[in-house]
Amino acid sequence: MSSDALKQVAAPSSLRLVLTLAIAGLVSGVAIIGIYESTLPTITANKARELREAVFKVLPGVSQMQALVYRDGSIMAVAEPEKDELVVYGGYDEQGDFVGYAMPGAGPGFQDTIAILYGYVPQQKQVVGMEVLESRETPGLGDKIYKDAEFVAEFSGLSVEPEIVAVKKGTSTQPNEVDAITGATISSKAIVRIINETHTAWTGQLPAPGSEPPFADAPADSGTGQ
Amino acid sequence: MKTNESYEEFVKGIWRDNPVFVQVLGMCPMLAVTNSAINAIAMGMASMFVLVGSSFLVSAFRHVIPKQVRISCFIIIIATFVTIADYTLLALVPKVHKELGAFIPLIVANCLILGRQEAFASRYPTKLAVMDALGMASGFMLALFSLGAVREILGDGALFGIRIFSENFEPWIVMILPPGGFLTLGVILLFFNWFKYKKDEFLADVAKAERGGG
Amino acid sequence: MDNLPWIFISALLVNNFVLTYFLGLCPFLGVSNSLETSARLGLATTFVMLVTAVCAWVLNTYVLIHAPYLRLICFIVVIASTVQFIEMLIKKLSPALFRAMGIFLPLITTNCAILGLAIFATNRGYGFVEGIVYALGAGIGFTLALVLLAGLREESELSNIPKLIQGTAMNLIIAGVLSMAFMGFAGLFSSS
Repeated sequence: MSSDALKQVAAPSSLRLVLTLAIAGLVSGVAIIGIYESTLPTITANKARELREAVFKVLPGVSQMQALVYRDGSIMAVAEPEKDELVVYGGYDEQGDFVGYAMPGAGPGFQDTIAILYGYVPQQKQVVGMEVLESRETPGLGDKIYKDAEFVAEFSGLSVEPEIVAVKKGTSTQPNEVDAITGATISSKAIVRIINETHTAWTGQLPAPGSEPPFADAPADSGTGQ
Repeated sequence: MKTNESYEEFVKGIWRDNPVFVQVLGMCPMLAVTNSAINAIAMGMASMFVLVGSSFLVSAFRHVIPKQVRISCFIIIIATFVTIADYTLLALVPKVHKELGAFIPLIVANCLILGRQEAFASRYPTKLAVMDALGMASGFMLALFSLGAVREILGDGALFGIRIFSENFEPWIVMILPPGGFLTLGVILLFFNWFKYKKDEFLADVAKAERGGG
Repeated sequence: MDNLPWIFISALLVNNFVLTYFLGLCPFLGVSNSLETSARLGLATTFVMLVTAVCAWVLNTYVLIHAPYLRLICFIVVIASTVQFIEMLIKKLSPALFRAMGIFLPLITTNCAILGLAIFATNRGYGFVEGIVYALGAGIGFTLALVLLAGLREESELSNIPKLIQGTAMNLIIAGVLSMAFMGFAGLFSSS
């Protein structure tokens, strides 16, 4: 009985409870903000570098890039796209001449969503490179979409007219046909479908060949600068 | 409250009270990130950082935190450490961070960590709490690594990305897929049970011999 | 791309939260000895998931844009509060059910499936409707996995199982086979 009485006396007030939680929250908040601020430059730099590498990979001959969005009826270059805006990346060579677009696309594959980046040159209406950014396809089968160098090479010099078609391995004859991977038909067709869908989505919005936005020597983030 | 040697607190987490094989805690990361040895070790280190850090703070403030809000405080502390680990990994090793994916923030829901705070760190002095945390985390990392190594060797023919088997090895793909995780852990637990069964049998035999002989 | 049927079926079958993503394993291995408890727990978890998905969207859209680093703590607070609220609700509406569920209700808080749902939905940028559909699929998928394992365990109660394999080892191996079976759902949404 007496121990109960002791416990009664020792029960903390509501103020103490709230205060403890508040202080804990405050210290925690400070610590988190601290780590966030100190790692932010590194994280942002990593992300930018990854993107740049992917763009340069799918657009051969490109050494500078900038983000392009469709606003108010025309394509324009921006330093920072808005959160939910669709973006393509314009690739430019060393002299600042336009080479092609690096277009991100995504869609359901065999197992889960596949995200890709592909290079497109409007002058020749050709896809010139493809890079898988994210995939959860079956190891040994579906993951050949990025592990099989031959399959990836199919996307260099691929015509998009009227649309890209995946055909059985070894039977591609037309310039718009891609050899699918044996045993990974669905993953291969998913890549092709993603490119077609992304292309259709941007068709009305890309400017006529020859009138792409010029490379703006913006201080923010565009490529390596001159 | 018996005071073990701090060394004992450390060792118990590795084998006798191994968090995964004996206590069956921390199942989610165990199966999810052990598809390769390097992922397993990275998760082990992250969990160790969170567990040791949280245990230290919880033990240091154990007299100050009121009983009624202790779980909430534990969770705030754990979540802070996890967020720190998350951003640090993202900045230093983005590739590993991408592989571990959502499972870094999910360390918060790892019942092992919260369980240790409640069962041990909040009742024992700092030194013992830290040793306990180190032991549990090491046991966890050991379990993660053993599963990760087996799955990577059988499912990919490699360890830490280095090819072990020759080109002719047909990888047992299911090992790096979800079913492989379940099956491998099930088999490992089977071995643990067998080991424990044999040990109990041996001890019973010894006891019987002593009773019969003495 | 992120059309609703794909999100639902993917979370339910193709990328089942328990059998493919390894989330929610603690209740999966610990509670599934009774079919009825499993079904009830699954239902409660689905409800918590729905509430969490909505709250996560609200937080992401209005609050966390300014402070993305507070995401984890906010999600946990939401989940813990929701579970607390449901506990009180069930206690009031049906004391019998509350007694039957016992300890399992507070355990929903540490269910990594719910936190995982919130994190995945955030990473994939799901909107309001997509989040709800995702939560429904994930919750029902979770319940499905739980009920399947419970059914199998109840069936095996009367069989002669070797002593060595009884317990978690057996559950894991059964789960492995279940997971393999669910792998067959991949490619469900393939367009030719």
